[in-house]
Amino acid sequence: MTDIASLKRMERPAPPSGLSNALVFGWRAVLKFRHVPEQLFDLVMTPIMFTLLFTFVFGGALAGSPDDYLQFFLPGILVQTVVFNAVYSGMGLSTDFQKGLFDRFRTLPVWSLAPFAGLMVGDILRHLIAGMIILAIGLMLGYRPEAGILGVAGAFVLLLGIGFGVGWIFLVLGLLVRTPTTVMTLGFTFLFPVTFASNIMVDPATMPDWLRAFVEVNPVSLMTTAMRGLMAGTVTAAEIGRALIAPVALTVLLAPLTLILYRRK
Amino acid sequence: MKDGPSTLAPDDPAIRVRGLARSFGATQAVAGIDLDVPRGMIFAILGPNGAGKTTLLRMLATLLEPDAGEATVMGHDLRRAPHAVRGAIAMTGQFASLDEDLTGRENLIMLSRLWGFGRRAARERAADLLAAFDLADAANRQVQDYSGGMRRRLDIAASLIVTPGVLFLDEPTTGLDPSARQKVWRLIRRLAASGVTILLTTQYLEEADQLAARIAVIDHGRKIAEGTSRELKAATGSGFLHVTLADAAELERAAGMLAARLGAGVQRGAEGAVLSVMAGSPEAANAALSELIAAGIGLADFSMGTPTLDEVFFALTGGSDAPAEEAAQ
Ligand SMILES: Nc1ncnc2c1ncn2[C@@H]1O[C@H](COP(=O)(O)OP(=O)(O)OP(=O)(O)O)[C@@H](O)[C@H]1O
Ligand SMILES: [Mg+2]
Repeated sequence: MTDIASLKRMERPAPPSGLSNALVFGWRAVLKFRHVPEQLFDLVMTPIMFTLLFTFVFGGALAGSPDDYLQFFLPGILVQTVVFNAVYSGMGLSTDFQKGLFDRFRTLPVWSLAPFAGLMVGDILRHLIAGMIILAIGLMLGYRPEAGILGVAGAFVLLLGIGFGVGWIFLVLGLLVRTPTTVMTLGFTFLFPVTFASNIMVDPATMPDWLRAFVEVNPVSLMTTAMRGLMAGTVTAAEIGRALIAPVALTVLLAPLTLILYRRK
Repeated sequence: MKDGPSTLAPDDPAIRVRGLARSFGATQAVAGIDLDVPRGMIFAILGPNGAGKTTLLRMLATLLEPDAGEATVMGHDLRRAPHAVRGAIAMTGQFASLDEDLTGRENLIMLSRLWGFGRRAARERAADLLAAFDLADAANRQVQDYSGGMRRRLDIAASLIVTPGVLFLDEPTTGLDPSARQKVWRLIRRLAASGVTILLTTQYLEEADQLAARIAVIDHGRKIAEGTSRELKAATGSGFLHVTLADAAELERAAGMLAARLGAGVQRGAEGAVLSVMAGSPEAANAALSELIAAGIGLADFSMGTPTLDEVFFALTGGSDAPAEEAAQ
């Protein structure tokens, strides 16, 4: 064994800023992509399958033709992608706790929220990559955003806001639930009804009244409506405002809760 | 949060603990412990499963809030200046705290960057640590492919990015093979020689004996003894005779004869037909064994040696609380 006596003493460097700590956690997320490319597969496979199946199997029946249906469906599936994505970041958090990684982070004299800020950086990256892949597949299948590049850019900014807001639900879950698979099960049990009972797949006009009443106030529908508007260039400020209600409310409520839970743990 | 200057005078202990306690529900994991660990010393906390070792270390490493009591680490108060404590310590937990998806090198670079090293300094420190811990060849492999011993070494390396004033090691060699254990022991000794105060926990008397200048024995969250290894053994006696009988049915008869010959305190092992007793000298042990053989009690095996942890416990607690007894009930 090489002599450990040869190891130099090392003094502590000047304390880093919270931002620099958060970026290190973001770098970690990028590295994980490189080492575990399968996780990207988890993130995009479901939305890709949904896009293909709904467009070609139901598209003609639901919207007259697969092309018209894709035009309707793609902005919504982006919302679903980001929302499902958030489940994986909750799982990641739960895994990190299980593996004791957070013990290491917490014995470092760093800003105690840096790990969460870092998770967020990683999430944003994941949302962007997954969103781009789905969009690219949509474009290949014939999807055309009427509002062009600017509209798409605007839609992606909104998408990140949605991912950020919804992300808190699963961070809280990741802190509360002991095993990553339970986080996933709980997450999807909650998300499947919420995304299906929305206007992502079908126009609620054909739904029974009681369901339509829910679908119309479902935050996922409000997000989808704004996404469609942004990509088609028909969006109104009110639509964007309504789409942001849930993300803002979730952040205001759950960010402090996340902190409390983390400090208690 | 200001770290504040450490108020540590040269003779002050590196770790000073008074009445530290922590419960989980009805379980008193740590029930009021006092400790003074001088600077630069290797100090061992010896105790069986569930004694409260991990809980004690986690409190001292600011990972767990104590319910009562106080402690200073390198002069920083645990409750009032946890951030300053973190700046002066490093902890290697009972289970590796590494990112399994990343390589060994990436783990070290990430933690170096979190400490505040620049990109280049972080790379250099990671390379130095990997070389010093004999991990250079595995540096670019994912940690999930590491062996137990490699993980342990990487985990300890991760605690030395900044040379800590105090290093906490929670069961540093549990699960390692003898050669890996030797390596970790050597490493711990060298660290201590370089001035790092080390507080480690262990379930093995031998480990505490090999490494530590002082040992505190804890059980059920309480300290039941403290001293040098020599002092503890003197309290227990080192001439322990272990006898394995060929026939378990003879256990009571043999125990009676050993007690009559060598005095009270014959312990029945937790499993099998094993008896242990303080013999004092090899001559006395020899005489007792001859007596057993003469009485027609067959022996499968016998040995003289240092007391096991069970036996130290038995001696220290006067037998009221010995794990071997509990298991026999
Ligand atoms: N988070 C927790 N929640 C509930 N009980 C706990 C928790 N942590 C520890 N305990 C209990 O506290 C007691 C002491 O546990 P601790 O982990 O400190 O023991 P230990 O000496 O480290 O044991 P081991 O040698 O098995 O690692 C045990 O009875 C354990 O069940
Ligand atoms: Mg333990």
